[in-house]
Amino acid sequence: MNVVVCVKQVPDTTARKEFLPDNRINRAAVENVINPFDEYAIEEALRLKESQGGSVTILTMGPPSAEDSIRKALAMGADSGVLVTDPALEGSDAWSTALVLSRALARLDYDLVMTGMESTDARTGLVPAALAEQLKLASLTYASRVEIADGKVRVNRQIPGGYQEVEAVYPAVVSVVKGVNEPRYPSLKGIMAAKRKEIQKLGFSDLDLPADSAGKTGEKAKAVEVTPRPEKPAGEVIRPDSPEAAAGAIADFLQAHKFI
Amino acid sequence: MDFALPDEVTMLRDLVREYVRDRLRPLTMQVEEEDRIPDGILQEMKDLGLFSIPFPEEYGGAGLGELGYCVAFEELGAVNAAYSNIIGGHCGLCGMSIALGGSDELKGRYLPRMGTGEILGAFALTEPNAGSDAAHIQTTARRDGDSYLLNGSKLWVSNGPMADLYTVFAVTDRDQGAKGVSAFVVERDTPGVTIGKIDEKMGLRGSRTSEVFFADARVPAENLIGEEGKGFRVAMRTLDGGRMSLGASCVGQAQAALDLALEWSKQRIQFGQPIASNQAIQWMLADSEVEIHAGRMMVYHGAWKIDSGQRASHEAAMVKVYCSEMLGRVVDRAVQVHGGMGYMKEFDIERMYRDARITRIYEGTSEVQRMIIAQDLLSGD
Repeated sequence: MNVVVCVKQVPDTTARKEFLPDNRINRAAVENVINPFDEYAIEEALRLKESQGGSVTILTMGPPSAEDSIRKALAMGADSGVLVTDPALEGSDAWSTALVLSRALARLDYDLVMTGMESTDARTGLVPAALAEQLKLASLTYASRVEIADGKVRVNRQIPGGYQEVEAVYPAVVSVVKGVNEPRYPSLKGIMAAKRKEIQKLGFSDLDLPADSAGKTGEKAKAVEVTPRPEKPAGEVIRPDSPEAAAGAIADFLQAHKFI
Repeated sequence: MDFALPDEVTMLRDLVREYVRDRLRPLTMQVEEEDRIPDGILQEMKDLGLFSIPFPEEYGGAGLGELGYCVAFEELGAVNAAYSNIIGGHCGLCGMSIALGGSDELKGRYLPRMGTGEILGAFALTEPNAGSDAAHIQTTARRDGDSYLLNGSKLWVSNGPMADLYTVFAVTDRDQGAKGVSAFVVERDTPGVTIGKIDEKMGLRGSRTSEVFFADARVPAENLIGEEGKGFRVAMRTLDGGRMSLGASCVGQAQAALDLALEWSKQRIQFGQPIASNQAIQWMLADSEVEIHAGRMMVYHGAWKIDSGQRASHEAAMVKVYCSEMLGRVVDRAVQVHGGMGYMKEFDIERMYRDARITRIYEGTSEVQRMIIAQDLLSGD
């Protein structure tokens, strides 16, 4: 079972984000980490490798510094990495990201492509499905459980109020939700081993794509405006005279908001 | 000149930082109250490789060198001193005495299992009548056939009660003074080895220290580290690295104390404004920042020297005395910034103040470090 995990380097979730004049996040101004959702995909791929054999390859598109994210995944136990980096790819939207990843995937040998359900910066969640579309493969998104059996991949697909059981022959694209597993820490041995693992670098010209298909010129979606999240309104403080009054006030509140 | 940490050391730092934040920090009060590190946590730390950081890769170690070891200690300094103490006694002192002075056979026999944490090590040098004056230890080792018989007692041995093996320093030739001291690896289950009571300390809760006694303890001759009479040399070289990492831990503790003081100074309102608006507070914060930076640079430089194969005893002494005394000043200011809250058990800073005090004493007091530095100066080396 050879798995390629597509990861994205994102600004640290706790960091204060700044925006460039064209409404893109200023990635140079913040600390960048592996998209936390992708860590679940990496962990799930490593578990598949441990149970089924095979290999795990990490694929990312991003600035040269995205190599750090690949390196961390290699330290967790992945076998090799591919970094697609080129100034021409800067500003790619979800569609062209999927296009670029699909072209890079065409050069790799895989049974499964895994991703996190979305990235914590843009949060569109579009890339996994767009990627499956580009690759003409089945798309199994929002998996909270992944199982390989009888030549098929079966997942529990998270939906409001429960889950669907979905299966497909592989190769297929699977995106996982938070909580599908508990991602491991890289070990010290893993860190040292990662130094010696190969990271292949690809540029735009390696992808055999028309010049206007990616980057700013290839965008199909445009960020029109960026608005900061509105401040949270102050909470209501109730100062009752007795425990009974407090219990009553809490019950009224819960009832008013239809919790009980 | 390049001040950037190597990539693998940066990754190690990020790993330990994340692990400390997510797993160890929530346990600070528990470790303090129960005076022990939970077994599950110790196992996790071993699985991550934290018990093997400086050991050579050919002996199953992480091979991250003195710099990696120091950077990890800096991060561990942000929580209870118990963690750096157990690793320090195990890796930096016991393990490195074998790695630096032991035969290939001895290294192969112990380091791989120490690296995984399967066996825990301790370093037994100090005695009731030989602390700073380490050359005048009284424990003896008498050759008897193809083994040695060890007799004597050791004091305040970190990891003493739990260790599976000890690096023990004993006199093989009384007339030779420091050159008559030899170092041995002694396994815990050797007949004649017994453990005394566990010490009650001012701080360092969660780190177990005790006396260890040797009564006709028979140790195979191949457990001699290096040659007879080279024990003091082994001790000093081991302590160079130990003092460097101790300095790193002081830097980490000081950084954590400054971070807490900074946070508190912005929150605490007096006379209608955060106390951080007062220059009296700002100067304390600024002085701490300056001194921590100086200490950190000294540690990295010393670690680099060791990793590049140079002797660094002089630097180790300077790092030890500066960083431990710097920590004393920084943590004292942090308590002062906290005011009465800083004296309360429920605040981390109270524990840190107590944990800090020992750093000016163990692994060579400030006075011994100054003695070493002055001797180097006066001898013109």
